[in-house]
Amino acid sequence: MSFQLVLELLPSTLADGLILGLLYATIALGYTMVYGVLGLINFAHSEIFMVGAFVAVELLTYVLAGSPLHPVIQLVLAMIVAAAVSAALAGLAERVAYRPLRRSNAPKLAPLITAIGISLFLQDAVRFVESLFGQFIRPFPSMPFFDIPLPLTPNDSVPMKSLVILIVAGAMLAGLRYTVTHTRLGKAIRAVATDRMAASLMGIDVNRIVMLTFVIGGALAGVAGTLYALQFGRVDPFSGFIPGLKAFTAAVLGGIGSIPGAMVGGIVLGLIEMLIGTFVPILTNNAIGTEYKDIFAFGILILILIFKPTGLLGRPSTEKV
Amino acid sequence: MVSRPFSRSAWLIAYTLVVTLLCIFVFTGNGLMDTVAFVALLVPLFMASDFDKTDPRVGGLVLAFVLLCALPVIGMRNTFYLDVAIQVGIFAVLALGLNIVVGFAGLLDLGFVAFFAVGAYLWAIVSSPHGAALLGAGFPLQGDAFFVIVIVAIFVAAGAGALLGLPVLRLKGDYLAIVTLGFGEVIRVLANNLDKPVNITNGPQGIAGIAQPLTEAARVLATDTAVPAFRWQALIYYAVVLALVLVAVLANRRLDSSSIGRSWVAIREDEIAAQAMGVPLVRTKLIAFATGAAFAGTMGVLFAAKQTFVSPESFDFNQSIGILAMIVLGGLGSIRGVMMGAGLVTILNLQILKSLSAGLNHLRATGFEILGWSFANLPTQFEPSKYERLIFGLILIAMMLYRPRGLVPAERRPISARDAGRAS
Repeated sequence: MSFQLVLELLPSTLADGLILGLLYATIALGYTMVYGVLGLINFAHSEIFMVGAFVAVELLTYVLAGSPLHPVIQLVLAMIVAAAVSAALAGLAERVAYRPLRRSNAPKLAPLITAIGISLFLQDAVRFVESLFGQFIRPFPSMPFFDIPLPLTPNDSVPMKSLVILIVAGAMLAGLRYTVTHTRLGKAIRAVATDRMAASLMGIDVNRIVMLTFVIGGALAGVAGTLYALQFGRVDPFSGFIPGLKAFTAAVLGGIGSIPGAMVGGIVLGLIEMLIGTFVPILTNNAIGTEYKDIFAFGILILILIFKPTGLLGRPSTEKV
Repeated sequence: MVSRPFSRSAWLIAYTLVVTLLCIFVFTGNGLMDTVAFVALLVPLFMASDFDKTDPRVGGLVLAFVLLCALPVIGMRNTFYLDVAIQVGIFAVLALGLNIVVGFAGLLDLGFVAFFAVGAYLWAIVSSPHGAALLGAGFPLQGDAFFVIVIVAIFVAAGAGALLGLPVLRLKGDYLAIVTLGFGEVIRVLANNLDKPVNITNGPQGIAGIAQPLTEAARVLATDTAVPAFRWQALIYYAVVLALVLVAVLANRRLDSSSIGRSWVAIREDEIAAQAMGVPLVRTKLIAFATGAAFAGTMGVLFAAKQTFVSPESFDFNQSIGILAMIVLGGLGSIRGVMMGAGLVTILNLQILKSLSAGLNHLRATGFEILGWSFANLPTQFEPSKYERLIFGLILIAMMLYRPRGLVPAERRPISARDAGRAS
């Protein structure tokens, strides 16, 4: 009986898992970019993502609501503005809280602490600003277009927004991959990632490249935030933490620093979460509930790291002695 | 002519006495000025513990006077101050524990509060009515079993530390950070959801009715004197915390100067070089992890007993970050700095921001004006105590930019070959 149920639920679970995974992956791209270049966990990334989500929701609620534009164009406009704001914020964070530390030869932990400082600051700053205008939990405005069902199997469908997320996430991955492998900027980024000193000797302005890396990462976070708000229907100032954590897990899972790795890691994590969240309660008669999916996600992370410490697509790093 | 060290000591003693008298006879409430006076009373602790600049005898005397006389007397009049002191003590020991892991051994642990939760739930389960339902006859334990469970918690938490450490210690730096962060989340999820199929943690409602130690003694003292029992109870906790802080400081010092402490520092500075010199990596790291966890577990037991209530909320990521921030603010690896960081952060959150909020509310209510701008216009959302994370975040950033090594940076102790031979 339960086997029948599993078969029925499988297609939609896989689709949901893929979408969730793509969301994680889009956030993970920002982590992976910065980590690849600086070897630094940009802890503030999850809050930059949260700010992006807020900007998109506010824009759609107050500026674009009731406009005659097609919903997709509205969403794209919101994404562009969210990306711009998030990019500016990420650049500012780099300038204020990371660059001075690179100069002053501070201990390894220092940038991590400033990142946490920025995170805490942004959470409460957004909460303060939002609560000046009422509730600080903001719903995504209702846009019926994104809920149009698209048939998946004869008796199953996914909403339009899943398709939107799939397309945008695919475009982000392809665009980023092209930028890094085929453009001058990408070449400079790879040079700085390989050896900062040598890159600067070759005439690359390292600070500019690092700044651009943060800006690109921030823009990606803004787009990801918009998608996240679209998928889950609301944002609050603390909604960055858990997705940020999951995205980082995804980045590590895929091999941090590798762009396809972030994508693969995100999708694997999203699928695992959805499959476990849906089927384990059914198979155990609710003795083990959906809440345990996080435990499985981290458990799998630990297992993978033990057997393949560089992640699924990461290359082993050799250490100079 | 008086020599400089003497005059410094004399100033310190005079200052301590004046502030103590002010705190006892003038500033006895919870207002802004009272908070300032209380904080001023803690300054001598910082000065006196700097034995390089202060005569150790004078320093010891001032420390003993403030901790054993001034604070208990002030606290018995207004138990809020004892509460603050107990919280500072709890966090000081937690910070000392994390300092072993992060400061000495250089293993970034972002889920430290998990071990604190292990200790807290241990005492909560064995000593509450909820535990009686779970464990059956013989439970709940009497309050005085606290002292036994404190010892048990050391081993249980150290075991949990080793258990986590075994699989993950092969990871380095950021990977270790993310795994420990995940572990902290796992413990929180477990605490939140282990109410079915078997109800172990009572889920998000938490466990209430946890026993307190030495309640009998507090009752007897209360009948003998005119002071109510809850004040004596607070004083008892204060004494227990003080003793634990003392033990923790001594243990930290001994570890710091022992051969295992040297191995930790060696691993922190260069893992490969340390390994090449014969330091067993996994064992050394495991000991660091287990030792730090043991500190946290012990304080967890005390925390549960003090609050008489535990719930998953007390053990979230922000707590782990808070403790990490304390040790980084104070100065990684420096015992005195770490304790100061714990004190500053706790007092900031518990006292300074709250009394600032109260002060601002007062100004708003009375319509106080400054340069023609009335405080009545201040938005009601603006209350410093609600935005402790914002302020805390700014402090973290500013500290790292201006004092990246903390307020009291750790010093390198020179060591000669002969000392090294003796230590190993």
